[in-house]
Amino acid sequence: MFGCGLYGFITRKNMIAMLISLELMLNSVDINFVVFNRYLFPAQHEGMFFALFAIAIAAAETAVAIAIIINVYRLAKNVDINQITKLKF
Amino acid sequence: MEIFSNMLIYFVIIPVLTLVGLALTKNKGIDAIRAVAVTGATALVALAIYLVVYFLHARAAGDTSDMLLQTSVTWYEPLNIKLALGVDGVSVVMILLSAFIVFAGVFASWKMDPLPKQFFLWFFLLSTGVFGFFISIDMFTMFMFYEVALIPMYLLIGVWGSGNKNYSAMKLTLMLMGGSAFLMLGLIGIYFHSASDGQSLTMNILEIAKNDAIPHQWQYYLFPLTFVGFGVLGAMFPFHTWSPDGHASAPTAVSMLHAGVLMKLGGYGCFRIAIFLMPFAAQQLGWIFLTLTGISIVYGAFSACVQTDLKYINANSSVSHCGMVLFAILMFNKTAMTGAVLQMLSHGLMTALFFALIGMIYGRTHTRDIRDMGGLMHIMPYLGVGYVIAGFASLGLPGLSGFVAEMTIFVGSFEHQDMFRRVLTIAATTSIVITAVYILRVVGKLLYGAVQDEHHRTLTDADATERISTATLILAVAIIGCFPNFFIDIIRDSFTPVVKALTSVM
Amino acid sequence: MPLSSTIYVLAIPFFMFLFLGLVGTKMPRKITGVIGVLGMAVTTIWAYAIAFTYFFGNGEGQMLDGVRQQIVTTDWTWLSFYADKLVVRLGVLLDPISAMMLIVISTVSFMVHLYSLGYMSDHDGNPEKGFQRYYADLALFTFSMLGLVVSTNIFQMFIFFEMVGVSSYLLIGFYYGQQPANHASKKAFIVTRLADLFFLIGILILSFYTETFDFKEIMGANGHDVCNAFTSAQGLTFMGCSVTGWALTFIFIGGAGKSAMYPLHIWLPDAMEGPTPVSALIHAATMVVAGVFLVARMFPLYVLEQGAMDIICVVGAFTAFYAAAVACTQSDIKRALAFSTISQIAFMMTSLAVSSANSKLIGGHEAGLGYMASMFHLFTHAMFKALLFLCTGAIIHAVHSNENSKMHGLHKFMPITSIAFLIGCLAIAGIPPFAGFFSKDEILVACYEKGIGWGLWMSMVAGMTAFYMFRIYYLIFFWKKHEVHGEHAPKDQPWTMTVPLIVLALISCVAGFVPFGKLVTWDGVQLETHLNLPVAGASVGIALIGIGLATVMYWKENPLPDKLATMFKGLWTASYRRFYMDELYQFITHKIIFQGISKPIAWFDRTIIDGFFNLLGNVTNSASFGIRKMQSGNVQGYVSYYIIGAVLLAAITGVVILFF
Repeated sequence: MFGCGLYGFITRKNMIAMLISLELMLNSVDINFVVFNRYLFPAQHEGMFFALFAIAIAAAETAVAIAIIINVYRLAKNVDINQITKLKF
Repeated sequence: MEIFSNMLIYFVIIPVLTLVGLALTKNKGIDAIRAVAVTGATALVALAIYLVVYFLHARAAGDTSDMLLQTSVTWYEPLNIKLALGVDGVSVVMILLSAFIVFAGVFASWKMDPLPKQFFLWFFLLSTGVFGFFISIDMFTMFMFYEVALIPMYLLIGVWGSGNKNYSAMKLTLMLMGGSAFLMLGLIGIYFHSASDGQSLTMNILEIAKNDAIPHQWQYYLFPLTFVGFGVLGAMFPFHTWSPDGHASAPTAVSMLHAGVLMKLGGYGCFRIAIFLMPFAAQQLGWIFLTLTGISIVYGAFSACVQTDLKYINANSSVSHCGMVLFAILMFNKTAMTGAVLQMLSHGLMTALFFALIGMIYGRTHTRDIRDMGGLMHIMPYLGVGYVIAGFASLGLPGLSGFVAEMTIFVGSFEHQDMFRRVLTIAATTSIVITAVYILRVVGKLLYGAVQDEHHRTLTDADATERISTATLILAVAIIGCFPNFFIDIIRDSFTPVVKALTSVM
Repeated sequence: MPLSSTIYVLAIPFFMFLFLGLVGTKMPRKITGVIGVLGMAVTTIWAYAIAFTYFFGNGEGQMLDGVRQQIVTTDWTWLSFYADKLVVRLGVLLDPISAMMLIVISTVSFMVHLYSLGYMSDHDGNPEKGFQRYYADLALFTFSMLGLVVSTNIFQMFIFFEMVGVSSYLLIGFYYGQQPANHASKKAFIVTRLADLFFLIGILILSFYTETFDFKEIMGANGHDVCNAFTSAQGLTFMGCSVTGWALTFIFIGGAGKSAMYPLHIWLPDAMEGPTPVSALIHAATMVVAGVFLVARMFPLYVLEQGAMDIICVVGAFTAFYAAAVACTQSDIKRALAFSTISQIAFMMTSLAVSSANSKLIGGHEAGLGYMASMFHLFTHAMFKALLFLCTGAIIHAVHSNENSKMHGLHKFMPITSIAFLIGCLAIAGIPPFAGFFSKDEILVACYEKGIGWGLWMSMVAGMTAFYMFRIYYLIFFWKKHEVHGEHAPKDQPWTMTVPLIVLALISCVAGFVPFGKLVTWDGVQLETHLNLPVAGASVGIALIGIGLATVMYWKENPLPDKLATMFKGLWTASYRRFYMDELYQFITHKIIFQGISKPIAWFDRTIIDGFFNLLGNVTNSASFGIRKMQSGNVQGYVSYYIIGAVLLAAITGVVILFF
């Protein structure tokens, strides 16, 4: 799942698709946290907490990212990562 | 503060105050800018003259310490970095020279355009570095001021220069920075061997010399590093090519400062740090650098013979003359070293004079190619006569400064018993003929003969400020030439410690 | 006049130089000229007073037991190379030769100053442009030359050698607007500078061993006791010759440059581009004898170095002949006179050099005769050569050309000049009772004493001298009727120009009767001279033959000279082109120094050294450009690099853990 996300992040040009790939990677990491926690240290719950924390952060981050993307789209009528070079020096 | 009771610090404070004063002026207020600049420069000259008088007085009163006016204030405790001040005869005359050149330089850039304020800001920042370098006896402070003096050069040439200025400015800065990289390595090396085991390390030159703790095998590495580091600034072959290009592109006053003062930092540093602190390696490796400087002398003179740009001619001749400075320093005896300082003085003044005159001629004719000019003596006799006098000083006419300097160097160099040094000396003396060849070639082409370009007939001779700046320099050149003993008496005894150090390791 | 006031003889011209150079340019031209002449008049009177006090006065230690002493009247420490030894002093040394030179220089200089008032003006008496500069330079030259002759030490001599060179440069290049003058001044300066380089090396060697520059310390009072350091250094050899021999030879080369000895003579004929009075002063009477004076001054040392003396002797004898041969064909009268000067100075040099063989150290009867004869000839030559040049100047001023083809038959128009010129010619040819006879006779006697071959050779040159001088004389004043061009017929010039001619002509008539042997000898002891009748008779005979030959060939227009010229075409052309010495020098300077050394060095500088640093810059630059691409701002690219890096790192770590 992480590999899929990584592949998508590197190859996609659409920012929405990149965001989705990013979410995939995040979620794969979350799942890893939970699974490894459960199998290796069943008495402890740090992995679970960490996964919950990451989900919360991811939600906030996605919100911000979507907002940026929508604004970019409004300005440029485009969400292709290679076309958005206006801020580049 | 104790430091403010030492007059030397004012050589740094005055340029800094001038900087502040300039910063307060308006961009367009050319009169105010000039007034501030002239005030600062005049104050420096006055202080420098006072310093000479003070120095003579102190020596006459029997103060025989190596350095006068010593003060030391700790700056950064953990590394034992101090603001240590002190002067001996050599620094005194170098300070006097710098003050003169700055003074003449201000007048030479009277009509600086564009951005006169910014020009003078950088100009005085450079002066701050130069004066700071000469008054310090702490390696770190010296190095810091050295860098302060180098950087403004880039902007002064890059912004106000002419011709291929970007290339020249970049080349100059990079080569000098390359030199300071060597230098920095050398200085750090010296620092870590500045005291024998158990004692605290120091940056103070006098203490390092006293400790005499740099191991001989280390000197073999550190001496070339420091010597080359300073040698780059002294236009030593084969690290000299920044100098002709830099000279050619720099505006007049910067050329004056560059040849007149900046190149002297090199010679001064070679003697003060490289040789003084590492006499053993100097004795052992001296011959390599002696050969290189010997090449510089003849090489510079020959390549000046075929140049067609006025500034390139003098820049190449500077290579030759500055080669003579390093050459004499490497002769390791008092007479030759005294000659080296005289040569620094003489070269500083006469090259400044040359560049001032070239700038004035260029400002009128808008060309520096000698093939396009001719018969200017008919049109601008004042500048022409000034140029001839500068030329005579350069080719060593008795009564002007070049002669005494060169003769002192030759006589001192010939004192050596070994054949190698003597043969090199004789090779170096041939430069007096080659110098005559290219100087007379220029004078003949530029000033004599028929007027080449009819448009030149309408040009005017020097105006008042130009006359002030050239007359000051001519006078200075003549004074050194007529009364050399006055300067020699100041300089000579300053070499006692270094010569003693050199003979003790033989 | 107390001898201590000699310094004013120098101070006045120097002051005149500063005054005329700085203030004079603001004043009317004529006034500056008059001031210059007056200043020089005072200097001359003063110099005469000093010289007479020195030779005939007493009470200031001039004479001690019948020996003329060297007196140092001023001594100012100017430059000390070492605190205790090798100190350059500027001072005034009076001894027979310097006192004599004071007279020579001030006389000729004063005559030239006066003469120039007329010469440097147009026919209406208006001074030309640069008049003030001219007088300032003349004053500078006079100062330098006077300083040279009173030098107390060899370094002071070197200083004034340079000063003289520079003032000569300025005066030759007086008409700086014209290319030939410009080139000539450059050439004169560079050639003499080259010679001075050897002089300097000689000084360095000599002073290293003797540890002093001072003449008195090196040679002892009157040259009687040469210091031990010198004699012990004679034992040291370098490349087979003693180091002192090298030193003295180098010093002689310095003198040879100024005195235009072969092959360093090439600047002198070109120097004739300067105004003619300048040629009279500098290139005939004073500066060119500086080399002779230098050797004379160091005579006691040269006597000890026979090798150096032999070199001088050969160079002198050859130059005398060479220059005389060239002088026979020149059509430019000033150049002809210039070669005559070279020849005569070579006479003096040879005379100095031959005299060592019969000097006191060897113990001959005629001790130091050659030295005395040389100085005597220097004195008389200065007078009659200045006279000849000033006459030439008058002619050139009248006809506006240097070529003798523009002259011919001027005797009718300019009788005073003609007679003065004739006196000069008779003097230089060595016809009694004119001045040249006595001095040249002594020289020939000295040469015969060295060896019959030297004597015969120099006698032959003396005959050639007579021939070419009369050739010039006839071609100017006779040959055929003068064709008057333009409205002005040539005439004798105004009094400012004729008075010097008359005065110098009178001196040339009587100077031979000065009892020179009593006044000027190398060791200050009086020398009895008497006419050596066989030698004198023979030399007069040869001179008469020369004159007779010239009369036959050039008195009246006839085809004989042309016929001879075609008959010996090769020889004639070679002589006319001065045996191609100028071409040789041209080749050396242009082809070898400029093209062969300077150009390659400049190329090396631009291409190799600059190229290396540029390469350094370019490599850095292109390397930076190369890696710049990685820093693209493309997040996806960064992630890829990151992943590749992480995988590689992981792989390496794995390998390391697994295998080590």
